[in-house]
Order: sequence, then structure tokens, then C-alpha cells
Amino acid sequence: MTYSKRLDSREFDETRHIEAKVGIIKRADGSAYFKIGNTWAYAAVYGPRNLHPKFLQDPQKGILRCNYNMMPFSSSNERVRPGGSRRSKEISYVTEKALLPVLDLNEYPNSVVDVFIELPQTEAGSRCAGICAASMALADAGLTMKDLVAAVSVGKVDGKLLVDLDYSEESWPDGDVADIPVAMTPNTGQVTLLQMDGKIKKDEISKVLDMAKKACIRIYDIQKKALKAKYNADVK
Amino acid sequence: MNAELRKSIMKLLKSGTRLDGRKFSEFRKPIEVQCNYINTAEGSARVKIGETEVIAGVKMEVGKPYPDNPDEGTIIVGAELLPMSNPEFELGPPGIQAVELARVVDRGIRESKTIDFKGLCITPGEKVWLLLIDVISVNDAGNLLDAASLAALAALKSARFPEYNGEKIDYKKKTDKELELRNLPIAITVIKIGGSLIVDPDSEEEKATDARLTVTSMEDGTLCAMQKGGDAPLTKEDIEKMVELAIEKGKELRECL
Repeated sequence: MTYSKRLDSREFDETRHIEAKVGIIKRADGSAYFKIGNTWAYAAVYGPRNLHPKFLQDPQKGILRCNYNMMPFSSSNERVRPGGSRRSKEISYVTEKALLPVLDLNEYPNSVVDVFIELPQTEAGSRCAGICAASMALADAGLTMKDLVAAVSVGKVDGKLLVDLDYSEESWPDGDVADIPVAMTPNTGQVTLLQMDGKIKKDEISKVLDMAKKACIRIYDIQKKALKAKYNADVK
Repeated sequence: MNAELRKSIMKLLKSGTRLDGRKFSEFRKPIEVQCNYINTAEGSARVKIGETEVIAGVKMEVGKPYPDNPDEGTIIVGAELLPMSNPEFELGPPGIQAVELARVVDRGIRESKTIDFKGLCITPGEKVWLLLIDVISVNDAGNLLDAASLAALAALKSARFPEYNGEKIDYKKKTDKELELRNLPIAITVIKIGGSLIVDPDSEEEKATDARLTVTSMEDGTLCAMQKGGDAPLTKEDIEKMVELAIEKGKELRECL
């Protein structure tokens, strides 16, 4: 069997339905949610603020600290035990690296910008959704940024390349499946996160990155719209 | 806390009002309860009281019963005060505030017998349903306790059992089977600042608290759990007034379910 039509009848280069909003958590300095299909990511930014413990401080510039966390009821299988796992640690770390290139923290020595990414419900693509939400929350917090960061996963299911895998595609039973989360700065097209699980041929990489870029540019438009919407609403 | 802020809170209370202009026995508005908020959970609810927002989710698992109650299922309540929701919350294992919150929510549900634990039994001594209830703070603008207990109850109310074939749970398939809830316990926290008793404190009022009493009451007005907090002691008269206020407000919040 070949995967000639997607299960939820999306086009191969089409993402699931996206909803984005900023300013959703009043106590935070910046916040946003990014919902893509059944995967929801909330992000809250606090800072720049004092960094403790002190030995982590950098007298030259501020640091970025990200924490990715799945809520206990966010998995469609068993409850997720709170307190973090090796997986969530790794995702926090690569998220930090994905966001750092667009920030300028030179003006905030000894400080930290904390980004908390929380997933109320998930169905594949949660790290990408988290990065999208986080970059909107950073902008909402008023930090100087060179660009936003948009992220999407590109995948290969049964020989077909496609954008934004959902759960049934990620766990496709026959043939090779590849899952390649990509984060990009939409204006310059630079890649700030790249991971892969699965199998893919060398000459397919270029197609994967092109597909990711196209999707990221569409996501970027949604992110920008959401950021602008907050200020339009405030004027009214 | 900021001494000036405390002074102005006290001054306002003496003149019969609060920072945001509410009456002493008035909750913030709107109070919103949205059931089935999370589709990965078997039951869930989002509760907003003013700007305070929490999410509660129920996951169901099959496990072994406790040896002393071989024919009863049980609940396990967890609370996460996320650093996303308040600049003072930190990452790491649950602190005392989260532990207390989870235990107060747990006690309200357990002691009111809102859930028939015997009805959760599949095979006596071997298999029972476990209800894992987690409450998460999204935005802490004060009074997480009342919001959390309301959310937990609403999540239980919306819960549907997943399909279970005797060996495995299919979380993708929900049945129509619900939990039959009785007595509907509602927790109301009354705080004392100076000589005044108020409900639904915001973040500033919470910091100015001298003492607090959380009273969980059921539909018929019977009490099923209490928890005193805060550094100052309470008089008998205080407690009587707080209980009365809590029962009255409990009715109001129960309407929101």
C-alpha cells in the first residue's frame, strides 16, 4: 500500500488547522498559545529578571532558559508523570538553541529570560508547536528580536514526503517513517532546529527543507497576525 | 509584603470595600467552567475566576486495589503550580503550597463520598479503576484553591470511561459510561485581614492574609472538609462566620457546574 492520500484528507504540504493568540497569561511578561490540530502549546515568558543561582550568571549577557513540559493529562495514552523526563529535558535544550539566534541579550548581563512551554494536550508535533508559541511570547514580552522563529515537522510516510505529521502518520505501520522537526527564521531562511528520527535518502533533504520553509512562512504569517491582533484589540 | 499596600488594603476594608471595589462576600466575575476542555483526558475542565485560570484533567487507569479496601477503586490528586502561572513559582518537585492544594482538593472529593469507590471495582482484590486527577495553574491571580476544587469536580463530572477489554485500555475510544457524582462538594476559602473576612482573594489580598479557612460543603449544607491556613489564630466567632459564608458561597459556585 502506498500513502497516496492523507488520512485526514489534507494536501501533502498542508499543516493541520492552526490557531494562535498572544497575551493569554496575564501574570507573565509575554505569553501565547499555538494550537495545531489537537496539539496545543502555551508559552509564558518572564524576564529579563535576576538569575539565581548566581554561578549561572553571565556578566557579558543575559541567558535564555527554556522549559518544555507536558501536562499530566496531555497524552492520549497513560498519564504523564510530572517532573520532567529525559525527553522533556532534551526538547527544552534544543528549543533554547532554536530560539537563541533571534534574540539579543547583550543588554541584560547577569539576567535570565525564562520561557515556560506547557502542553495541555498533544498529538504529534509538540516541540514545533512549543517553539512557535515561545517565539510569539518572546515578541509579546517586548524583547528585541531579529526575526520570529517558526517550526514544523516534515515527514516521510511510506515513501511520501509530507508536512506536519499527525499521530497516525507518525506511527504508520508499513514502510519507512521519518519525522524531521525543523525550526526556521522565516525572513532569512536559516535553520535553528533540525532533528530526525527514521530513514531518509540524502537527495531528499533539499526537498524536506524546501517544504519546511514553505510551511514556516505560512506559520509566520499566522504568528504575525496574532501579534498584531493583540494591539488592534487594545486600541478598541 | 509591601507595607504600604497592606495598609491601603486594611484602610479600604475598614471603609467596607476592597482594592477592586468588590464587596467582602463577592467573587470576581466572570466565573467560567468549561467542561471537556482537553481531548486527551478522560475528563477535564477549565475554570476561570476573574483572571485566575486553572485546568483539571482526569486520566483513568486500571490498577490493583489497596489490600484494606479490595473492592474499591480510588482517586489520586496531583497539583502543579506551574512557573508559567506566577513569577514566584519555581520549577522542581511540588512545594508545600502545591501539596496542600492537592490534599485539600483530595479531601473534599474523598470525604464527601462524591464518587462511589465501590463502583470503580472491576474484579475484587485484583482490578479497580484509578482516577488520576491533576490540577494545573495557568494564571495565578489569587484563590487557586477554590478554582482548583471546582475544576476537579467539573472534570470528574465530564469524565467518560475509556474502553477496557479486561487486559488493555483503548484510550482512543471513550464509552458513554460516566461517574455518578453525589453531594457535589465545593471548597470556599475565606480569608481574614485585620478584623475583616473576605472571600475570593486576589493576589494582593492573599499576601496580606492574616488567617484563612477553606471550608468544603456539600449540596445539603453539610461540611466535609476544612483547612486552616495563615499565621494568625482565629476566634470561635470568626470560624462560625467563615463557615456560614463558605456554605452560602458554595451554593453560588455549585450553580456554575
